[in-house]
Amino acid sequence: MDRPAPLVLLIEDEPQMRRFLRAALGGHDYRLVEAATAKEGLAQAAGRNPDVILLDLGLPDTDGLEVTRQLREWTRTPIIVLSARGREQDKVAALDLGADDYLTKPFGVEELLARIRVALRHASLQPGDAPDPVFEMGELKVDLAQRQVFRAGQQLHLTPTEYRLLVALVRHAGKLLTHRQLLQEVWGSNFITQTHYLRIYIMQLRQKIEPDPTRPRLLLTEPGVGYRFKAD
Amino acid sequence: MTVPRPDPDVLLRRVQDQAARARRGQLKVFLGASPGVGKTFTMLEAARAKRAEGLDVVVGVVETHGRAETARLLDGLELLPRASREYRGTLLEEFDLDAALARRPALLLVDELAHTNAPGSRHAKRWQDVEELLAAGINVYTAVNIQHFESLNDVVAQITEVRVRETVPDSILERADEVELVDVSPDVLQQRLREGKVYVPEQAGRAIERFFRKGNLIALRELALRRTAERVDAQMRGYMAERGIQDTWAAAERLLVCIGPSSTPARLVRATRRMAARLHADWSAVHVETARDQRLTAEEREEILRALELTEQLGGRAVTLSGQSAAEEIVAYARAHNITRIVLGKAKRPRWRELFQGSLLDALVRTSGGIELLAITGDEEEGGQPRTAATPSGQSSPRDYLAAAAIAVIPTAIGVPLRRAGVTIPPIDAAMLYLLAVVVAATRFRRGPALVASLVGIASFDFFFVHPYYTFSVSDVRYVLTFAVMLVVALVMGNLTGRIRTQAEAAREREQRTSALYALSRDLAAARDRDAILAAALRSLRDTFAVEAVFLLPGDGGAVSPAGPAPYVLDERERAVAQWTFDHQQAAGRGTSTLPAAAALYLPLSSSDRAVGVVGIPLADPAQFRDPARRRLLEALAGQTASALERLALAEHSRQTEVEVEAERLRTALLSSLSHDMRTPLASIEGAASTLLQEAEPDLAARRELAATIVQESQRMTRLVANLLDMIRVEAGTLQVQKEWQLLSDVMGVALLRTDAQLRGHPVTTTFPRDLPLVAVDEILLEQVFVNLLENAAKHTPPGTPIDVGAEAGTGEVIAYVADRGPGLLPGEEETIFQKFYRGGAGSGGIGLGLTICRGIVTAHGGKIWAENRPGGGAVFRLSLPITGTPPELVPEETIPEGQEIEVGSAWTVRPPSSS
Repeated sequence: MDRPAPLVLLIEDEPQMRRFLRAALGGHDYRLVEAATAKEGLAQAAGRNPDVILLDLGLPDTDGLEVTRQLREWTRTPIIVLSARGREQDKVAALDLGADDYLTKPFGVEELLARIRVALRHASLQPGDAPDPVFEMGELKVDLAQRQVFRAGQQLHLTPTEYRLLVALVRHAGKLLTHRQLLQEVWGSNFITQTHYLRIYIMQLRQKIEPDPTRPRLLLTEPGVGYRFKAD
Repeated sequence: MTVPRPDPDVLLRRVQDQAARARRGQLKVFLGASPGVGKTFTMLEAARAKRAEGLDVVVGVVETHGRAETARLLDGLELLPRASREYRGTLLEEFDLDAALARRPALLLVDELAHTNAPGSRHAKRWQDVEELLAAGINVYTAVNIQHFESLNDVVAQITEVRVRETVPDSILERADEVELVDVSPDVLQQRLREGKVYVPEQAGRAIERFFRKGNLIALRELALRRTAERVDAQMRGYMAERGIQDTWAAAERLLVCIGPSSTPARLVRATRRMAARLHADWSAVHVETARDQRLTAEEREEILRALELTEQLGGRAVTLSGQSAAEEIVAYARAHNITRIVLGKAKRPRWRELFQGSLLDALVRTSGGIELLAITGDEEEGGQPRTAATPSGQSSPRDYLAAAAIAVIPTAIGVPLRRAGVTIPPIDAAMLYLLAVVVAATRFRRGPALVASLVGIASFDFFFVHPYYTFSVSDVRYVLTFAVMLVVALVMGNLTGRIRTQAEAAREREQRTSALYALSRDLAAARDRDAILAAALRSLRDTFAVEAVFLLPGDGGAVSPAGPAPYVLDERERAVAQWTFDHQQAAGRGTSTLPAAAALYLPLSSSDRAVGVVGIPLADPAQFRDPARRRLLEALAGQTASALERLALAEHSRQTEVEVEAERLRTALLSSLSHDMRTPLASIEGAASTLLQEAEPDLAARRELAATIVQESQRMTRLVANLLDMIRVEAGTLQVQKEWQLLSDVMGVALLRTDAQLRGHPVTTTFPRDLPLVAVDEILLEQVFVNLLENAAKHTPPGTPIDVGAEAGTGEVIAYVADRGPGLLPGEEETIFQKFYRGGAGSGGIGLGLTICRGIVTAHGGKIWAENRPGGGAVFRLSLPITGTPPELVPEETIPEGQEIEVGSAWTVRPPSSS
């Protein structure tokens, strides 16, 4: 491929974290731009036009959520939020503000690279592009054109809500969807607080699509945040 | 001859005295022989001198009596405002004790020590106020005249013919740190009186005139000088004793004065006090309760009680003994306490009674051995109280008299019909029958009815059986002897019966006391907590004295508050009295001389030198517990209660100490474990990383291994820190539970995914019924619980053993479980594994916080977590989560019919939201 290596903007105040990411990304054919403050980060985002932004939520000058909001005012560049464990509220808020994914510190290189890959792939899809009419993952096959779902070649019978939910998930496969986003997409904006709807339908869906519903392999729960459909 | 040895009691008392004196304020007494000598003036001058030295001097109360020179001395001294109290419509101004205690000056001036406080004040007397000030550590200057001292009361009355009502215990003077005698010659004093420089209350004009006769003044001056000299002498003796100068011990005389009904006891007490003071002797007063006491009049009893109270006021020890013979008890007590002299009043009884009943003096002379006896005159106090005739306390009712008379009639009722029938009973046999009747009557009743029976018998015998019949004339003189014998028999028998009865009553009373104490001690021994102790004590008070009571126990700040409902209005005032009792460890309130206006009597519950509480007993009659026997029993009951309360407090204390020791042990264990647990991974990381840096060209395999070590150890470190942070949140109570309706299977699924690596090799079975209700829990916290339980299961069981997880619905709760087939729990481990820093098994690698965190989280959800062994081996951890509120339900949906069109995803373009 003659496309240049993707450019990653890292907005992070901890020098140790920056050093680790510099080493990790540099070894995997990514170019890196670093910023230690929110102000510098916003300037770099505007000036360098990165392909993906890694944003630490705990910045010294401006709140990471505010940075997310400001970025989303003018760019659709994928944002992956980095935060410490136990700050689920912040993650949800960032995701609802338009961030694409999050990583909980400490994290491994593999996890980081996987998230960046998913983000880049989703970003490469243009809004006008017609989605792939057939989604396949392991034994599961979703034919979006025919509105049919198969497991190991066997057609599954879903309720309309189950189907809508499954479609919402597979269309963003690999990407984390918050409760709020899923509720809004499947039930509408009047239902965004009714998380138990979501939990029950997720369970029903797992009963139908997962080999072992209590140990899901496809439809994964991100505790306190939302759900993610396995990609790759 | 025995070598006199230092009495340990004396030594102990001296040590205690010194310790107490170190805390107490110093008292300086300005002593005068009579009013007008200038005590107040001298005191104020001394105070001004102290103030000039920079001391914080406050005038508590000073009476200038309008003397200008004295009033001038008050200029520039701080005056404490007086408290005004309304009493029956008049406003009385009084020294304000509480203000003085609050002000806490270095030196306080309190004039007129013998003053009687206005009704409603805390103490009846001002000297009690001074005692409290001293106890609070405030130095006091005070002034008093010699005639106010209790033991000199009689002497002064004899000299001046004026009886002083306001008295002060001698002990005040003896305990004073300094006594300054303010002395002027009688001539000067009379001169001052003529010049009008001496305050004379108008209403007492004549009495005062008589008081200030020159002879009186000389006598009073002598008294004052002698008193001061005695004090100086006592100081000298104390000085010698402190330096162990031998001679002092030998001089230890001990006097004992016998208090009985047959003398003027108060006077005996005062005389003994003076004698003891002269001899520098210890002294005590003893009263023996014998069977005869039952027959004392109320006045006689009162007098004995007063004498015993007086003894204590004068600094002696008052003792009440009980026994058969007064002499025996007195001698036994005297022997036991090394008494050297026994003082008793000369009997005033007629000589014939002494012959008949024996005298105490004679009995003592016979039995006292080496102890000196001193009989002094018990003169009537002037005015002499008329004594009412002794009425036996065991009164006989009119019915007794009738019954006795009826018994005496029986021989007549038998004899006369027999004679009618022709059987004549000889007079001698008839006399025997009557005698029998008299004896029967006498044994059944007391002396009075027996006497009536004998008189009826004599009359009947004379009338029916002595010639000439049916007249009272007696033909034969020898029958007179028969009559006399019958009379004497009746008297003797009646007396004996009476005495036996009274002894029986006394024995019964003693028995009651013993059984009351026994019952209480038994109940208290069985009482396991405070409420049980108080209930037992209350029951005992009810049963023994038929009184109600309330117990007041101290809180953290030392303020007492009632530990139960009070049987009377326990208002602010009453509480203040109770508090005073607690603070001073002295009885107060009704029936005492401290705050007698209170509704209840307050006794301190003291045990081993510290107060543990106060008992308040509302008294209808202030004299209800004046009887020393009753009072002693009450105090004994209070003492037992106090011991029980203290025992409880000590047990509590030792338990607390144990807990503290345990906590300390835990802290130490934590430190060593933490330092180990944190250093080990850090050491591995540092070692691996530095190797990577140093090795110039490490081969790939070695590099990978080192890197793997770093990753592994970092993860271990991460878990450790996460656990510690969770623990801190649980402990600090800042755990925020954000409940949402959740499916446990979902939460468990996440936990299983997170522990996937650890669970490798363990087949996991999940059992979640499809109809399991939703539970409102914090997803993230509960996931942490499941993760911890799963990690534990993986860690403590051999590889390959199955792990079962699941949940089932209970009533109002859902019970989730994690079960293994490992070695199970050790006996007794079911609870301890949840303790902080408890590490089960060997080489678990954790720091023993996982389960503690689980318990903290589950408890924060209002649930329970527990562990047990499974049938068939292994352990199971269960946690119950309450279902609060109604779990939401959804209307089931039909599946999409074949071929039907459905609307999908109308909102696909929401992302990014800001753009739409």
